[in-house]
Amino acid sequence: MTNVELSGVSRWYGNVVAVNNVTMSLGPGVTGLLGPNGAGKTTLLHMMAGFLAPSRGTVTLDGEPTWRNPAVYRRLGLVTEREAAYDFLTAYEFVLASARLHRLPQPEAAARRVLDLVELTSAEDRRIGTYSKGMRQRARVAAALVHDPEVLLLDEPFNGMDPRQRMHMMDLLHSLGDAGRTILFSSHILEEVEQVSGTVQVIVSGRLAASGDFRTIRRLMTNRPHVFAIRSTDDRRLAVALMAEPSVNGVELDRDGLTVRAGDYGSFTRALPKIALASGIRVRRLLPSDESLESVFSYLVEA
Amino acid sequence: MTTVAWITARGLFGRRRFLLLFPLPLLVVGLAVLARWAGVAASEWVPPVIVGLGLAVMLPVTALIVGTGVLGSEIDDGTLLHILTKPLPRWQIILPKLAVAAGVTALTVAVPLYVSGVLAQGVRFGLALAVASALGALTYVAIFLVLSLVTRRPVLLGLVYVLIWEGLLSSLLSSTGVLSVQQYVLTVADRVAPTSLLTPTVSLPVALALSVVLTVGGTVLAIDRLRSFSAAGETS
Repeated sequence: MTNVELSGVSRWYGNVVAVNNVTMSLGPGVTGLLGPNGAGKTTLLHMMAGFLAPSRGTVTLDGEPTWRNPAVYRRLGLVTEREAAYDFLTAYEFVLASARLHRLPQPEAAARRVLDLVELTSAEDRRIGTYSKGMRQRARVAAALVHDPEVLLLDEPFNGMDPRQRMHMMDLLHSLGDAGRTILFSSHILEEVEQVSGTVQVIVSGRLAASGDFRTIRRLMTNRPHVFAIRSTDDRRLAVALMAEPSVNGVELDRDGLTVRAGDYGSFTRALPKIALASGIRVRRLLPSDESLESVFSYLVEA
Repeated sequence: MTTVAWITARGLFGRRRFLLLFPLPLLVVGLAVLARWAGVAASEWVPPVIVGLGLAVMLPVTALIVGTGVLGSEIDDGTLLHILTKPLPRWQIILPKLAVAAGVTALTVAVPLYVSGVLAQGVRFGLALAVASALGALTYVAIFLVLSLVTRRPVLLGLVYVLIWEGLLSSLLSSTGVLSVQQYVLTVADRVAPTSLLTPTVSLPVALALSVVLTVGGTVLAIDRLRSFSAAGETS
């Protein structure tokens, strides 16, 4: 059982704060690190993997610091976001070299095992330079898994993968998590995280915005106040009628129509058609106006 | 260690910039053969061809291409992380890379220098040039290797050292020769095969001592910098 612990971790570059006072603990199973682009996910992963010193706070793997401590790589694997691989090697040579650098007792057998695990056996004798994005990614995952690490960190592992490869990678991460490995992967796509992990750490603007069970966070996201832009045949009368509805927190009337702030997505969207019908008003347009992932994230920061 | 050396060598020969190593040695040998064939006196062509082109340009430029190639290229394209995510003490990464770089550089420059030395004054002069340039290759490579880790522009900085410090300043101020690898090479070659064709400005003990200091110092610094290697993300 291996834990990655971050305690009060900050990282800044000059005046720019990339990661701000993050404390989290990662245990066995699959955890998703979710956040919009530029939130600090890569910085956080690099600090966990020992490739960046925290400006403040500590990052440890079972109590040992990861910075300036190559011994942690016996138990830790990293798949970076950059697609870099040795293009001039075949996947087999590449993974075998990783096995040898880990001083595994049977490097050939270990290389074959992980290449089979990522389903790359049929292409293992081709140069990595000839691979598609998804295949390169799998070769890199194989190299990171060759020593069967207790902790695997992956930065945006699903980028550039087709749906089948994505499914396969998700299954792989699941089975590793079920086998008691500590798996952390970053993503800026909600659905990816939803499909792979039960536990999620949401990071926004360098801060840990939410953390815990995905379903709880999902509910928090759906139950947050929503803003809708509405146009109808009679905006003023609709505004009056809407104010009587308990799920509506506020209505604004201007030339472009109504801006409605609803406390709860579900009850409001169910109530609106009934109110319109009862008042004899026709709704011409209904637009949820803040559905971007960023707004969801920033709501979580405030919550 | 052998795996690191193997990947390094494959990376060096697998990249296109490897082809940049061939023109200068060919030019040196070509000019030497031409001078010899045309019957030019050795004292006329050795200073410009062997010293001016061979030792002052071919040796440092080759060391620069190879020395920054074995580490700098891997830092640039991010492949270095594959080696760094292994539980290896960092000296086990730097030393094989240094050995491959020094070996390739030495071989690339020693052969044409030996050939042109033989053509100029016989086997002993050829051997002296080969030995001295191999020592110089090690020192240059150690400097350029650590440059890859302390700056993002190792090639530019290396060129500034070779062209401005060793090339321009040493012709104006002889005291800069104390910190010029090129002068150490001249001193060692002149000692192995004393000749009037070379005019070193540094004494042998100074040349040897500073070569060792630069090589060892560069290597130790490189190992320490690699311990604190920070990855740059594409997004922060």
